[in-house]
Formats: sequence, C-alpha cells, structure tokens
Amino acid sequence: MNNEFLVNLAYIVSSVLFAFGLKFLGSPVTARRGNMLSATGMLIAVIATLGNGHIINFQWILIGVIIGGSLGALVAFKAAMTQMPEMIALLHGCGAMASVFVDWTAFDVHHGATDLTNAITLYISIVIGGLTVTGSAIAWGKLSEKITGKAILFTGQKWLNGAIITAIVILGIMFIMQPTRYDLFLIILALSMFFGVFMVIPIGGADMPVVISVLNSYSGVVACTTGFVIHNTLLIVVGSLVGANGIILSIIMCKAMNRSIGNVIFGAFGSVVKKTGTDEKKEAKAMNVEDAFLILENAKSVVIIPGYGMAVAQAQHAVRELSEFLEKNGCDVKYAIHPVAGRMPGHMNVLLAEANIPYDQLLEMDAINPLMDTVDVAIVIGANDVVNPASRHDKSSPIYGMPIINADKAKTVFVLKRSMASGFAGIENELFYYDNCRMIFGDAKQTVQALVAEFKSSQQH
Amino acid sequence: MDLIAQLFILVLSIFLGFALISRVPPLLHTPLMSEANAICGIIIVGALIAAGADANSPLTIFLGTAAVALATFNVVGGYLVTERMLKMFKKKG
Repeated sequence: MNNEFLVNLAYIVSSVLFAFGLKFLGSPVTARRGNMLSATGMLIAVIATLGNGHIINFQWILIGVIIGGSLGALVAFKAAMTQMPEMIALLHGCGAMASVFVDWTAFDVHHGATDLTNAITLYISIVIGGLTVTGSAIAWGKLSEKITGKAILFTGQKWLNGAIITAIVILGIMFIMQPTRYDLFLIILALSMFFGVFMVIPIGGADMPVVISVLNSYSGVVACTTGFVIHNTLLIVVGSLVGANGIILSIIMCKAMNRSIGNVIFGAFGSVVKKTGTDEKKEAKAMNVEDAFLILENAKSVVIIPGYGMAVAQAQHAVRELSEFLEKNGCDVKYAIHPVAGRMPGHMNVLLAEANIPYDQLLEMDAINPLMDTVDVAIVIGANDVVNPASRHDKSSPIYGMPIINADKAKTVFVLKRSMASGFAGIENELFYYDNCRMIFGDAKQTVQALVAEFKSSQQH
Repeated sequence: MDLIAQLFILVLSIFLGFALISRVPPLLHTPLMSEANAICGIIIVGALIAAGADANSPLTIFLGTAAVALATFNVVGGYLVTERMLKMFKKKG
C-alpha cells in the first residue's frame, strides 16, 4: 500500500512535468526546456513503475527497451525534415499498437473483462486502437509514397464501411454482454483494423494534415481508454492531453481548408470537384529571370509564400540565399505561411527553420494579410490553392470560403511554377491571369538559384 | 480507484489539454505533434507492468515485450526528433 502511494505520487510529479512541457512549447524560446521537462517526467514515471513491486521479470523489459530505444534513436536522427509527417504517422501507429497490446494482455491475464466498465472501456480501446494502427500505417504509406497519395475510391465503398461499422457495433454489444469471449475480442480487433484501412485510403494527399491530426487525437484516446482498462491514472491524464492536442490541430486544419472533419473523412474531395474556370480565355503573362531580377532589385518589401512544392523541389536553401541578397539590398523579407502549407500542421515552418531562416520572419496568414497592400513583390513558390483569390468571391469554386494568403494584393506577384497545371483539387487559379501577376516557369529551385546568380553578378560590378 | 474519480480526472485533463495546447503557436505545431507522440509513449507504464508481471504465458510475454519496444520507440523517437526540430528554430541575428 505504501509502495503504491509513492508510485502515485511520482505519477503526479510526471503529470505536472508533462503539463509544463506543453506550456513551454508556447514559445520557441522556452520550447526546448519544455521538451527536457517532459522527458524528465517520462523518466520519473518509468522508474516509479519499475519499482512498484509488481514487476518481477526484467529480461523481457530490457529486450523491449533496447530494441525500441535503438530503433527510435535511429529513426529520430536519420529522418529528413521533409519526412517528418510520415515519421509522425509511424509514431501514432506504434503508440496505438502498444496500447492495443497492453489491452490484450489485460484481457488474456484476467481471462476476459473483469466487470461491465472494464468490458466497455476494453471494447472502445481495441476499436479505436485497431483502426489507429492500420489507419496510421496507410497514412505512413501515402506520405512516404509507398502507396499512391491519391484518393483510392471504389464502388460500394460506403456500403462496405457501413457494413463494417454495423458489425463492430453488434459484436461490441455481444462482447459487453459476454466479456469472456476471446473470439469476439479478436474479431472486433480485426474488423477495427480493416476499418482503419478503409478509413484512410479514400483520403487524398492534400488532406493529410487533417488525417494526421485526427490520428494523433485517436492515439491519445487509446492511451486514455487503456488507462481505464488497467486502472492507471497517469495514462488517463496523458491520453487526454494528447487527445485534446489532436482535436485542436484537426479543427485548425479544417478551418484553414474551410471544411468539416466529416467532409474530409467521408467526402473524398477529388471526386466532387467540377471544372470551374474563367469563361473568357485569358492569357497568363510569363516573365524571364532577368526581368524578375530587375523588379526584385528595386523592391523595398518582399513576401515569400511557400507551399509543399517548394519542399518537393528542395528549394528552401536557395530561397534563404535569395532572401539574404534581398536584405543586403535593403529590402524587407517576410515569409507567409498558410496553415495547410505542407503535409502536416506546422510542416513548412520546420522546413524553413532547417534552412536557417529565422523564425521571426515566418508570419502566419492572419498576420501577413493586412500588410499585403504595402508589399512590392509577393513570390509564390510551389503553392497554388492557398493563394487563389477565387475563394474570396467565386461562389461556384470548390474552395470558396477557404481562407487564403492575399498574394494578389501585392504590387507584383511572381508565381514560380513548372507549368500551368492546376493544384491538387484541379481548380484553375485566377491569380495567374491577374494584371499584376507574372509566371516564372521552370523548376523552383533552379529559378531561385538563377535569381541568386543575378544578384551575385550585379554585386561584382 | 472508482470510476467516478477516474472520470473526474479525465474531464479535468481534457480541459487542461485544451488550455495548454491552444496557446502553442502554429510555428511549433510540428514539434508539438512529435512531443504529443513522445508523451503518448506513456503507455510504456502499462507495457512494463504487462511485460514484467509474474506468471506470464508465452502470448503475454510476447505482447508485453512488443508493447515495451513500441512504447520505447515512441518515447525515444518522439523526444529526440522534437529536440532536433526545436534546435533549428533560431531568432534573427
């Protein structure tokens, strides 16, 4: 009893440390300290658990820790920043799988659920856990391009999903009434895992920020329900924190796309898009690098609007070089980051930080938009839908109402693009036909490098 | 512990989570997510109990050990990658 008291005391300390860890993530100045505190909390929780007196066999624990720890360290050091979304998806899946295994062990050891609450929480835990494991695996596959990033749709998909959900519910009721049935436990787990696959395959690459956030929330919920299953308060606390995190991020992502979570998960965006374009054939105006350089040389303020295309072209280092030349030239350079730029929340900020771009130059959409009128040049690199002015006025556009960065308000807009192809949703971007817009065609990295070369040669004269 | 006490803790923790996380700027949302992964590795607590308990069958030994490995992967991978990302955020000058 005394021992249990001490263990719980230690759990309280680690909960507080986790809370402070998240609090300190509120600013980039304190964030690293927060991470340190949080890791300390984890260490305390692990030590307290190991000393609780119920743990007898250490050899398996040691093997597990060595395998998991070394793989974790390896992946954490080797993953490129462009690969962060898939790494996060992988971690969601692993966390959920660990929870499911703990649930399974509890079920096996007690030969079934011990009481009604136990049966209900066990059921919820394996359903959400199962679908999170496979859903995260599919998300990982899509993000790492092991499977196609496009939405995979087939006829009868909705019926199949409906049938699986119905089966999970009916079997769930049976399981709660007969909580010692191993077969039901395993079938429910298997069906939930099937459902996870079918839940994520119809979602296209551009909606991944929402999927990752939702799965993040689920991984928290599973930890939480497992806490109920094994009567561990610390799991309930931490699971709730993570669950809340995922919910908040999902809401932010959905708002940034002007869509509901239900629409993302069940809507399959790509299939409902109708071609909308301007009726009169307008001509987009192209510009070469030399002329673009002359405009940039005289610019007093430049805003760079990066999208995922910049990361694909690996142009971020060249972009930083360009902005350094611009600043040396007396120009004010800022970056405008749309919430869904990149493949997960905040992804673009990490990519730019990696290229040594100071974070005080990275502005959120709401901070930059009021300033756009005063900007001389807006450079759009690898972004498309997030700067499409149609979202402000064209009610027939599928992206109508989506908040955008008002690049068109700048005196001149440069769009760096390979060709005139449209964005992920197949929507034509009317910005390209505006009078103040100039297209600079070609690979984004090469174009930016060419601009940098122009600055270099002009300084030599 | 009784169910009501656990539900109390659940509800208050959710509120705490909302209060803390809504203050994290979008700038740090990716590190926030990996931090969340790391603390989600708290399931290691349950995994340790599962793997280290007495009178285990081969199945529970396997499940417990796998759970420990997966949770440790989350903890170590999550904290290290968060640290790696946060190190890159620098102020001007």
